[in-house]
Parts: sequence; structure tokens; C-alpha cells
Amino acid sequence: MNALFYISAIVAVISTLLVITRANAVHALLYLIVSLLSISLIFYLFGAPLAAILEVIIYAGAIVVLFVFVVMMLNMGPQTLVQEQQWVRRRVWLGPSILGAILLAELIYITMAGGGHTTTARVIGIKAVGLTLFGSYLLGVELASLLLLAGLIGAYHLGRRKFHRTVSRGTS
Amino acid sequence: MIQWLWIIPVLPFTGFLLLALSGARLPRRLVAVVGAGSVGLSAMAALMVALDFLTGTSPHAYKQTLWVWWRVDGFQPAVTLYLDSLSVVMILVITVVGFLIHLYSTEFMIGDSGYSRFFAYMNLFVGFMLILVLADNLVFLYLGWEGVGLCSYLLIGFWYKEPRNGYAARKAFVVTRIGDTAMAVGLFLLFNQLGTLHIQDLMMRAQQTWPSGSIYPVAAALLLLGGAAGKSAQLPLQTWLPDAMAGPSPVSALIHAATMVTAGVYLIARTHVLFTLAPKVMALVAILGAVTLLLAGFSGLVQRDIKRVLAYSTISQIGYMFLALGVGAWAAAIFHFMVHAFFKALLFLGAGAVIQALDEEHDMFKMGGLRQQMPVTFWTFLIGSSSLSAIPLITAGFYSKDQIIWLAYSSVFGSGWLWAAALAGALLTSLYTFRLVFRVFFGSPRSQIKHHPGPAIKISLVVLAIFSIAGGFIELPKSLGNLHLFSDFLQSTLPSPLVAKGRGALETMFEIISMAVSLGGVFLVYLFIFRMPRLTQRLAQSSMGAFLYKFWFGGWGFDTFYDHLITRPYVWVARVNRHDFIDGLFTAVAWINRTGYRTIRRTQTGRLRGYAMGIAAGAILIIGMAVLL
Amino acid sequence: MMISLPMTHGLILAGILFALGLVGVLVRRNIIFMLLSIEIMLNASGLAFITAGAQRGDPDGQIMFLFILTMAAAEVSVGLALILQFYHRFKTLDADAADRMRG
Repeated sequence: MNALFYISAIVAVISTLLVITRANAVHALLYLIVSLLSISLIFYLFGAPLAAILEVIIYAGAIVVLFVFVVMMLNMGPQTLVQEQQWVRRRVWLGPSILGAILLAELIYITMAGGGHTTTARVIGIKAVGLTLFGSYLLGVELASLLLLAGLIGAYHLGRRKFHRTVSRGTS
Repeated sequence: MIQWLWIIPVLPFTGFLLLALSGARLPRRLVAVVGAGSVGLSAMAALMVALDFLTGTSPHAYKQTLWVWWRVDGFQPAVTLYLDSLSVVMILVITVVGFLIHLYSTEFMIGDSGYSRFFAYMNLFVGFMLILVLADNLVFLYLGWEGVGLCSYLLIGFWYKEPRNGYAARKAFVVTRIGDTAMAVGLFLLFNQLGTLHIQDLMMRAQQTWPSGSIYPVAAALLLLGGAAGKSAQLPLQTWLPDAMAGPSPVSALIHAATMVTAGVYLIARTHVLFTLAPKVMALVAILGAVTLLLAGFSGLVQRDIKRVLAYSTISQIGYMFLALGVGAWAAAIFHFMVHAFFKALLFLGAGAVIQALDEEHDMFKMGGLRQQMPVTFWTFLIGSSSLSAIPLITAGFYSKDQIIWLAYSSVFGSGWLWAAALAGALLTSLYTFRLVFRVFFGSPRSQIKHHPGPAIKISLVVLAIFSIAGGFIELPKSLGNLHLFSDFLQSTLPSPLVAKGRGALETMFEIISMAVSLGGVFLVYLFIFRMPRLTQRLAQSSMGAFLYKFWFGGWGFDTFYDHLITRPYVWVARVNRHDFIDGLFTAVAWINRTGYRTIRRTQTGRLRGYAMGIAAGAILIIGMAVLL
Repeated sequence: MMISLPMTHGLILAGILFALGLVGVLVRRNIIFMLLSIEIMLNASGLAFITAGAQRGDPDGQIMFLFILTMAAAEVSVGLALILQFYHRFKTLDADAADRMRG
């Protein structure tokens, strides 16, 4: 079982790395799906089946699909590929890589300082999660629904075609 | 009655306060009443105080301490008013002539928008001048001294919208400042050596501790002379007075004829004990007076502007007063001061009336024949001019000026040279004065007057004319009545001059000579202008004549000389030193701000990635701090 | 299925993924990729929560992950709508094109 965890972890890291380095948007999205799936597996191994399922359904199944829709809709064409390749150059990676490395070092340091105790992961089923969710965290659920409502209305309003004409009249 | 001494300076100050705080909101008539009334009431108070002083059995001096001004280490000058015969004469002249000038101004300045400001400044001036002459100690006197300098600046530059007037005001202030600094150093010296600045004590101690002719009285007297020369526009600080004519005519009359410029004469008369201890300085005073009166006489002869002629005339007449002081004729100097105040104020007021009637025309060559159009002005101006030229017997000027001319020869300090200079000056006086009179009032009219002077102006002119005639009859020389009312009155404060042996007998002859000189001057001018105009033209156009004309017109080149000697190097140094390090400190503050702004501005790229980078870096930094600390 | 491993490894994995996502945000110029990288970061933080929850034996970790998911969904929808507006306005997906706020 531990080996499974490490294999999925490596897959996740490599595919994430590939996501951020691809020039083609659709390729990056597909690699992201791979990464999400491997993480979902890790969730399952940690005894969180609900989280695993939700990761696949919502994250990989809805959010990434949304991305795919937008990319398809924008339909940039082959010149964008060239442009992307121009933008992603070696020189540009230096600074952020250093920052990322420092951050990683700090996080690892903090984590190791806490001490690593080995525990056997217990499976926490959907029922248990549901009881706690609608028990102690009911308020959070209501707030989340409000958030989703706001997101819905915002997305609808901002995505209107006609909207940008009034926008451009007002701002230009 | 004499206890009301304090109200004499307080009234003008009250007038100033009222007008300064609310004058702009009051109607013109009320401003005139407050402005002229305060000085008028002060004049009445002065008359009553003088009456009490004359008739009372009080000692020859009266002191009134109001409060102690400040105390520093045993030195406590007090606000004390000191009244003796000299102060009585001064306050009477200042308040009475001042009141007449204020009365004149109520009508003269009626069209001006700064009406209340004018009267506020004039009242302030009269208050400070009264402090100057009533002061008991030199510190308090210096307060009045500085105060009149300030008011002179404010009033010369009264029409401040014209930059030329501001320049003239600054010039006056800076030049007198040089004299004031010398005077301040003199005060320091006196205090350092004698331990007090209380005038009477000072004089006593100086007499006791300093032998005559030693370095201290010479130095102190020289420094005080510097201050007096600055304020009274004598050599070498006389350059400011002709330019000071940029102010309104009442200002020229009050400040630059009757009162402020005579403050130097008053100072020397007050501290005469100090000067008698330094005979060399007295000789310098006499020489200075003689040279100045000649210099100014020549300059006045070639001027075109009415007021500039009168300004040079003032410098010249004060030269006479200095000459009198230099030969030890203290009372004669004060006598001439009083008479001069009358006729010079009259002349300036008359000139103002002429200028206003001709719509601000100053050039006398553009005037003529005003005799018929402005009769009152003409007759009073004529009386004033006659007094100035010392026309014999009928004018006050004759008695005062002649006394000086006589004593310039006969005093122990006098000499034939001084007498000759004074006589030449009298000739010049007649020349330039009657040149002015003939050009303005006689001949064919070149312009029509726009409006006639009103009652207030006429009354002031007439009263001053009466004084110009009658003011002299209190001091008659031996041959004409031997009346010594004035000098006897001043005897307690100012001792009589010592007459050198053997010279007294020539008095009558010398008088006839001076009478001839003044009348002869008038006759000469008449000849040159009316009988021989072509000769005059040819003289003026000859090379020597033209050179002299330009030289005298520019005041003997003093302005140019000072410009090259002092002004230009100073401006050059200032320009070179523009970026000195103290300036650098201040510009550095601005520079730091601007550079910091420019640097921080670069971080605002407007680009999302840059900001994201900043947030990430900051977060990492903070986490790092939390980890490490 | 139970595994026994030090939970720190899970957290380290979350840290690696988070750092990768951060680098992606900072490097890429295309807005869509920036949003994508943000999603990676969110996912990584979710992983950290799940790990902590598994260690404690609580359902709290999964609940937190649920909320994160909800928020990510809302944010992505609004973000993508904004990207559409961005594209309509600037005719490009270059994030550097929007620098009107330059000082």
C-alpha cells in the first residue's frame, strides 16, 4: 500500500510539472487531469473515499472541463502556440524557481520539525462525513451555497456577450 | 496737567490701533476724524503740558516712569518719559506740524483706496517719533528710532503696486540701517564702558570718567554720528532721501522734512556732552554739515522734479543744522530745526497741491503761470520759499539761518572756511528755491489745472505760512533787538555756544553780507530766467556745463559709486553662493523624496505577474521569519 | 485499505505541488495558465487538509476539502467569465497587456 502511495505521488508531481511547462493549453489540461486522478487515488489511500470521488467528479470532471470549454471557445489558432513557446523561455524560470525552492524548503522544514508519527489510516466513510457536515458545519454549508449563488450570478453576468459592448462604451 | 505727559504718545498709538484693526470698514469721514483727531488731541495735550512746564515752578526736567521694560543682569531700562525744554520744543513741533499735515491729508488722500491704511501708518509714525524725543534712556530712544524707520519704509512704499516705490522704500530702509547699526554699536560701547544707557546718568558719567579727546568718547560719538547721518540723510548716507519722494506728498512733508530726518539732529543735541568731550568729532560734524549743504545745494540746482528739488533742499538745510551742532551752537540748530519744519512742510504740502492740481505732473518745466490759477497756494509757497532762502527781516528763516552763519564764524569751534561754505550754501539756496518758484508759478501757463485745492489743504498751508513768518521773532540777533527767548528757554538743556574773542565785533557786517547774499540770489535767478534766457541755454549746452549738469543731477555720482562699490560685489557673491551646502540640505530633502518616489514608482508596473511575484516573495519571507525566529 | 506511513510525507507532497503551482503562476504569461496554476495550488492545499484529517481520524479534513472544492468551483466560473471579457477587450490572453494601472 505504501508503494502505491509513492507511485501516485511521483505521477502527480511529474504530471503537474508537465502542466506548467506545456505550451499547448489542451495538453496542459490533459496532464492536469492525470495529476488530479493520481491525487484522487492518494485520497482514497488515506481513507477519504468521499474526497476521492469528489475530486474526480468536480475537480477533474467539472472545473477542468470548464477550462477546456473556454480554451475551445477562444480558439486561438496555431500562432498562439508559437507565441507561448516564445513566452516560456529558460531565462524566465530562474527567479520563480528559486522562490519556489525556498518555499518548498521552508515547508519541508516546518513539516519535519513537527515530527513524523506513523498512523494507520482509518477509512472515514461518506456517512460519517455527511453527519458532521450537516451537524456541526451546517452554517458552512449554507455559506457555501451562498457563495455558489454569487458565483453563478457573477459568471452569468460577466459572461454575457452584450455586456462587453456597454463596458467598452463606458470605459473607452 | 503735566502728569498727562503719557497721553501725548499714547493718543497716536490708539489712533493707529483703531485704524489698523477696523479702518477698512469705517466710513472715510470717521477715518479722517480718528486719524487727524488723534494727532490733534495730542497737539492740544502737548500745548497744555508745555504751558504747565513754562509757568510751573517745577524743576527744569520732569520724569514720568510708566513701567520697567525689561531686566537683565542689573540693567533695567524703563519706559520713562523725560520732559525738559528740548523735549518740549520737539513735541510741540511734532504734534502741531503733524496735525496740520494730517489735516491736509484728509483732503489730499481722499481719492486713495488705502485711506485708512495711510492714516494708520501716519499715526504710528507720530507715536514712534514722540517716543523718540521723550525717551529717557537710549534703548527706549532706539525703539522710537527703529519705529520711525519702519514707518518711513511703509509710507514711502505706500503705493506698493508700483515696483519703483518698493525699491525706493527698501533703499531708504537699507541705507538708514547702516547708520542704525553704527548707532547700536555705539550704544553697546557706551553701556560697556559706563554701565548705563540712561541719558542723564550717561552724560554725567561720561564727563566724570572720560578725559576730553580720549578714544572712548571719540569712538562713541563717531558711532552715534553714523546713526544720525543715516537718519538725517547726511554724507555719506544721503542717497536715500531724493528717492524717498516716491511716497505721497504729506509723507514727504512729515517724515522727510519736518520730523524723522531731524532725529539725527535731536540725537546729537541730546548727547551733546559726549560730543563736547570729543572735539575732533565735533569738527567732523561741522565739516560734514558744510560739505553736505554744498553738495545738496548744487544738486538741487539742476533737478526737474519739484519734490526732488525740495528733497535736496532738505538735505542741505539739515547740513546747516549739523554745521551748527558741529560748532557748538546747539540751540541755534534746534531753532533752525523748528523753523525749517514749518517752511519745509509748507513747501512740500504746497508742492503736493500743485502736483495734484496738475494731475500728477512733477516736472517743473512743464508748469508755468500757476500764480493766477492757484492764488492761495502761490502766496503760501512764496512765503515758504522766502523763509527757506532767508529773505531778510520778514521771514523766520532769516533769523535762524543767519544765526547759524554767524556762529559758524564766531564760535570757538568755527572758522572762516565754515562761514564761507555756509554763505555759499545760502546763495545756492536762494538760487534753486526761486528757480523753482519762477518756473512753477511765473511765466506763461503751459497747462491748465484740473481741480482746485479744497479748504483743508488751504487752511494747513496758511497756518504753516503764518508760522514761517512769525516763528522767527522769538530770537533776534543783537543788532535787531537782542531777543533771546528761544535760547534762554533751552539754556537749561543746551548751553550757549562760546564765542571766540575778537570775532564778536563783526556781527553787524556779517549780517549785512548774508542779507545781500540771499537777496542777490533771488535777483540772479530772475536775471537768468527772465532777462537772459539765451545765456542760460548756452551755458547749459557748453561741454563743461553739460558735464556739470549731469554730474549734479545724479547727486554727485554717489548712487553709481555705491552701486559699484557695494551692491554689485554683494549680488555677485550671492549669485556665486547660490548652491551653498545649507541650501543643499534643503534641496536634499526634496531630492530624497523625489528619488524615492521615482524608485517606488517603478515597482508599480501594472502587470499581474509582477504583483504576484511580490506577494509570493513577501509570503515566503514571512514564513521564513516564522520558521527561523 | 489502510496504509501506514508517516503523514509528513503527504504534507511534503502537498508542499511540492503547491510550490509547483506557485512557480506556474509566476512564470506563465497566458492568463488561462495562471488560473490553472492557481487551481493546482488549491488542490495541493486540499491534499494537505485531507492528510491532516486522516491523521486525526476526523471527517473534518474532508469537510474542509469540500469547502475548498466549492470555493474553487465558484472561483473558476467567475474567473473564466472574466477571462472571456479580458479576451474580448484586449484581443489577446497576454496578462501583461492589462497594465493600465501602471504608476
